[in-house]
Amino acid sequence: MRIVISNQSELPIYAQIREQIKEQILNGLINEGTVLPSIRQLAKELGVSVITTTRAYNELESEGFISSVQGKGSIVRKRDNNMIREQYLKRIEEGLESAFATAKLIGMSKEELKEIFEALLQEE
Amino acid sequence: MNTLEVCGLQKNYKDFCLKDISLELPAGYICGYVGQNGAGKTTTLDLITHQKKSDGGVIKINGMEYKENPKKYKEMIGYVRDMCYFPNDFTLLDIQRILKDFYETFEEDKFMNLCKKWNLPEKKKIKDYSKGMSIRLMFAGILARDTKLLILDEATNGLDPVVKQEVLEILQDYIQDGERSVLFSTHILSDIEQIADYIFFIHKGKKIFYDTKEEIAEKYLLVKGGLEELTDAASGKIKGLKKTSVGFEGIIESDESTCLSVKCVLEKPTIDKIVVAFIKDMEE
Repeated sequence: MRIVISNQSELPIYAQIREQIKEQILNGLINEGTVLPSIRQLAKELGVSVITTTRAYNELESEGFISSVQGKGSIVRKRDNNMIREQYLKRIEEGLESAFATAKLIGMSKEELKEIFEALLQEE
Repeated sequence: MNTLEVCGLQKNYKDFCLKDISLELPAGYICGYVGQNGAGKTTTLDLITHQKKSDGGVIKINGMEYKENPKKYKEMIGYVRDMCYFPNDFTLLDIQRILKDFYETFEEDKFMNLCKKWNLPEKKKIKDYSKGMSIRLMFAGILARDTKLLILDEATNGLDPVVKQEVLEILQDYIQDGERSVLFSTHILSDIEQIADYIFFIHKGKKIFYDTKEEIAEKYLLVKGGLEELTDAASGKIKGLKKTSVGFEGIIESDESTCLSVKCVLEKPTIDKIVVAFIKDMEE
C-alpha cells in the first residue's frame, strides 16, 4: 500500500488517505482480504492524528470498500463490480458538473456546450 | 473510558483565576492544551498532577480522584517539562535509584535500555546534559513504568527540530495500545498540530473551545475581500476582523458564510489563525 500526504493539497488529510486507498482497491493494487494497518499504526506512520485515520477508515467502510472485523482489523472487501461502476459514474458526474459550472461562469449557451460535447464524442 | 476527566476546575490567585475548566479526554488520544503565556496552562497541569491544590472542581485519571488513592494516582501520571526536574548533581544511576524507590511499577532494565538506546552518558551529571538529553532522560523515567496519562508542559520549547520530531514519535508510540493518553501544553500550536486529536484553547483562565481538530478545522473559514464587500451583516459575524486600506481578513463560522458576497475569497484557516482571531475579539 502506498499513501503520500501532501500539505499543499486542497483535500483534507483524511480525504487524501481515503482516496488513495480507494484508488488502489479499484485498480486492484490492494487485493481482497488484505488487512490494512490499524488506525493507530497508520496514524503513527503518517505522523497524523488518530481521529484523522479513523475518519478515513470509517468512510471507506460506509462506502463498502473495507469492513472492520473485531480482533482482526480492517479488511478489504471483495470488489463488487456494481460498486466500482457506481464510483466511476460518480466521477463522471462530478467532471461534467464542474464543466457545466465553468460554462455558466462565462455565460456559454446550451447549444455551444452541446457542440463541444458532440465534438468530444466524435473524437472518441 | 476517559483517561482524564476535569470538571469545573477552579483556582484563585490574587491576580489570576482559573475559572470552571472542564474537559474529557478519552483513552488513546492526544490533546493539545493551547494558550498564550500566562493563560493558565501550567496552573491547570499543576492541579492535574496535584502539585497544587485546587479551589474547586473534580479531576479524575482513569476514573479515580487523587484523594481515593494518592499513590496510585501519582503512579498513573508521567510528567515532562522544558527544564529537567532531576537534581543537578545526580547521575543516571542516582536517578535510577530514586525512581525505583518512588514508583512501584518502575523497571530498571527498561530504563537502562532506553538510556542506552538514546546514548545518555552514565557518568555525566545532569547539569552537564544538553536540552535534548534532559528530555530523553525524563521520557526514559516515564516509559520505564506503567503510566496512563503523559503530561507535557511546554516540553518542546527550545528543542532542535530533530529532537522535536523524536518527541512526537514517542507520543504517538505512547498511545498505540489505545489505553493511554497525552496532554500536551504549548503556546506554539504548530509543535503539536499535526498529531493532536483534540485541541483545548484556554485564554485568561477560561476555556474558549475544546473540540477535535477535525471539527475545529471544518467549523471555521478564513475570509478575505475588498472593503466594499464588508457589509454590516458580514462584519458582525467575522471574528478577529483586520482591515487595511485595500481589503479585510477574518475568521467566520462556515455556516455563516452564506451572508458573504460571492466576491470574497474563502480559505481553510490554520488553527493558529482561528486562535489569534478569538484572542483579538476578546481583547476588544
